Amino acid sequence: MKKSVFLGTIAVAGLAAGFVSAQTLDEVRARGELNCGVTTGLVGFAAPDANGQWDGFDVGVCRAVAAAVLGDPTAVSFVPTTGQTRFTALASGEIDLLARNTTWTFSRDVDLRFEFVGVNYYDGQGFMVPRELGVSSAMELDGATVCIQTGTTTELNLADFFASNNMAYEPVPIETNAEAQQQYLAGACDVYTTDASGLAATRATFEDPSAHVVLPEIISKEPLGPLVRHGDNEWGDIARWTLNALIAAEELGITSDNVAELAQGTSNPEINRMLGSEGDLGAMLGLASDWAVNAISAGGNYGELFEAHIGEDTAIGLARGLNAQWTDGGLLYSPPFR
Amino acid sequence: MSDTHAQSVQFVRDTMIPEQDAPITEKGAVKWVRENLFSSWLNAILTIVSILVVYWVLAHILPWMLGGIWVAESLTQCREIRDASGIGYDVACWAVISDRWHQLLFGFYPSGLYWRPILTLIVFGAAIAPILFSGVSRKMLLFSIAAPFLAYWLLWGGSIWGPVAAALGFVIGWAIMTYGEGVLGALASIIAALVVPILYWLFVAGALAGVLQDFLPIGIENIRSDQFGGFMLALIIGVSGIVLSLPLGILLALGRQSDLFIINKCSVIFIEVIRGVPLIVWLFTASLLLNYFLPPEVSFDLMLRVIIMVTLFASAYIAEVVRGGLAALPRGQYEGADSLGLDYWQSMRLIILPQALKISIPGIVSTFIGLFKDTTLVVFIGLLDPIGLSNAIRADSDWNGIYWELFIFIGLCFFIFCFSMSRYSQWLERKLTTGHH
Repeated sequence: MKKSVFLGTIAVAGLAAGFVSAQTLDEVRARGELNCGVTTGLVGFAAPDANGQWDGFDVGVCRAVAAAVLGDPTAVSFVPTTGQTRFTALASGEIDLLARNTTWTFSRDVDLRFEFVGVNYYDGQGFMVPRELGVSSAMELDGATVCIQTGTTTELNLADFFASNNMAYEPVPIETNAEAQQQYLAGACDVYTTDASGLAATRATFEDPSAHVVLPEIISKEPLGPLVRHGDNEWGDIARWTLNALIAAEELGITSDNVAELAQGTSNPEINRMLGSEGDLGAMLGLASDWAVNAISAGGNYGELFEAHIGEDTAIGLARGLNAQWTDGGLLYSPPFR
Repeated sequence: MSDTHAQSVQFVRDTMIPEQDAPITEKGAVKWVRENLFSSWLNAILTIVSILVVYWVLAHILPWMLGGIWVAESLTQCREIRDASGIGYDVACWAVISDRWHQLLFGFYPSGLYWRPILTLIVFGAAIAPILFSGVSRKMLLFSIAAPFLAYWLLWGGSIWGPVAAALGFVIGWAIMTYGEGVLGALASIIAALVVPILYWLFVAGALAGVLQDFLPIGIENIRSDQFGGFMLALIIGVSGIVLSLPLGILLALGRQSDLFIINKCSVIFIEVIRGVPLIVWLFTASLLLNYFLPPEVSFDLMLRVIIMVTLFASAYIAEVVRGGLAALPRGQYEGADSLGLDYWQSMRLIILPQALKISIPGIVSTFIGLFKDTTLVVFIGLLDPIGLSNAIRADSDWNGIYWELFIFIGLCFFIFCFSMSRYSQWLERKLTTGHH
């Protein structure tokens, strides 16, 4: 049923994409706020706090784009979307930007007619097992029962991994992450598999996290990034370069604390171009010259966002790993601001 | 006689023996236990086993529930408090409820304005009283008619003139219906009563509200639909669906019984199509497909779309329940109504429907209870109903890992509403019992 609804809506999405184009920036300005699609709740990435304020790593991207376009990081209307509704919400124009830990894949980019503007988190699928099971590698999991969320790419990755290694497994289908935690703790399955960031967040909530190990194997590539509709390249550029500005800001040492000071002008021409004291990059995007200053002031540069929401000092405690700057051996690499 | 026996009988009682208590095994609790729990060996064994099972379940659940921790800032802190207090077993962390109860009840509605939904609930209670209980003054019905507009204004806020202008459309329709018949004739007045208000809403109402607002600005802070959530959302969707689906369902049931070909077939197709497809598909239609058919600049409120879909869905079920009631009436009732010279609407209103609806009460109420619980399905289209909020709360790193506490609280709230609906329906059935069986 899910699939037929999905395919049906995608068919219409092709038609709709023709109508909705090329004026997203004007619409956002006229509306005075950015409609940003987020998850209905994922630890560290997007969640409402006790006052109903959305906060998280993906939310930070929404706020940065809103700050770049409108000068106000709070001018965002957060639209909670589910795995089923996210793509149609974007295709139909209900949201301007989807920042919902969505994996960048060929078919989503090409067939669904979306434009991924970059990667804000390099994730990958991993396994968690109880320590007492004595398993140290995913290659020893032959015959295991595996808790797996249905209808996601993780399900397909799991099948591929076990098939290619000539191993058998018994899937225990699960609807939500919360349910998976209960099932796994109750011993309904030997192994829980999902994205490594999710495993870390889940493990952190256990009474005794040290009784569980996340296995070293990562069996899939899950580059998560924000995306926009095909057909409005100007808007896509704004989202792409806002994300790049956050990444480049970390590389160049621009933080939310010193950005106002650096915006007065520095000896580094790239910083000057990015922050608008030199050149007219903002005008090329159709934005004010201080667009990047606003975006960085919203929640800090990429590193600050990471540390505040999912980094090692938070309950989730993720290391930078692949998400370090290219200068530190990671994959984050912003094209130059020139 | 007494003389004869005076010698043969030594003692003759001339007063009554005072009544004695029944033997201890034949009265009160002991008797009840003997008769109901230990009447045979098999029953005695079953009783003991049942008691042991109940004890086992309670012994596990009660310490967990009653020993729960109410004041903490996160799940981790809950665990620290528990470990520090030296309790050897797991206890509930109710602190998540005390931290987030307002969100589970009101969603993201601004906390300073909670009085508005609460007042709306009171207005709703007052408005529904004359409909539910015959003892309440009939004049209250006027208030019931005004209540939906008042409730809308209280919940969403904004200018008071919007709802007033909208209500005026109904007044216009009613006036044409009542006074237009002499001037226009019966059929023309019915058509005019439908068309004129629609034209009024489309072209006049908005401007009128604007003018009145300029002239006499009365308004309260506007709250957008995306701030609504939790039980408030479930109640708004559920109650709107219930209130709107009953009249629609009755009309559909009458349409299905009608001899007029087009009305009959339209009703049948509508009912069968709606009932033939799961609610979740209709919700996806409301949330996804409708977006494509509307121009992008028209943002048709998602909550409104869901309310319309839920109403249509429930009305199809109500129609079938009411049709059952209509079919259960003996043919003589219809013929009796005809023989009195009543026209169709009079016979329906005075003779047929009161009886048919009475028969249908259990079915109608169980449809309503089902509808109210089905509102939790909106979680799949990204609306933050109580279940959706429980996911959102768990996504906060403070409360990630909490599970049963939220579901128990949500379940309890739903139970209160559904159980009271069910008790009301039983009361109503008893009150309306006029059968001659």
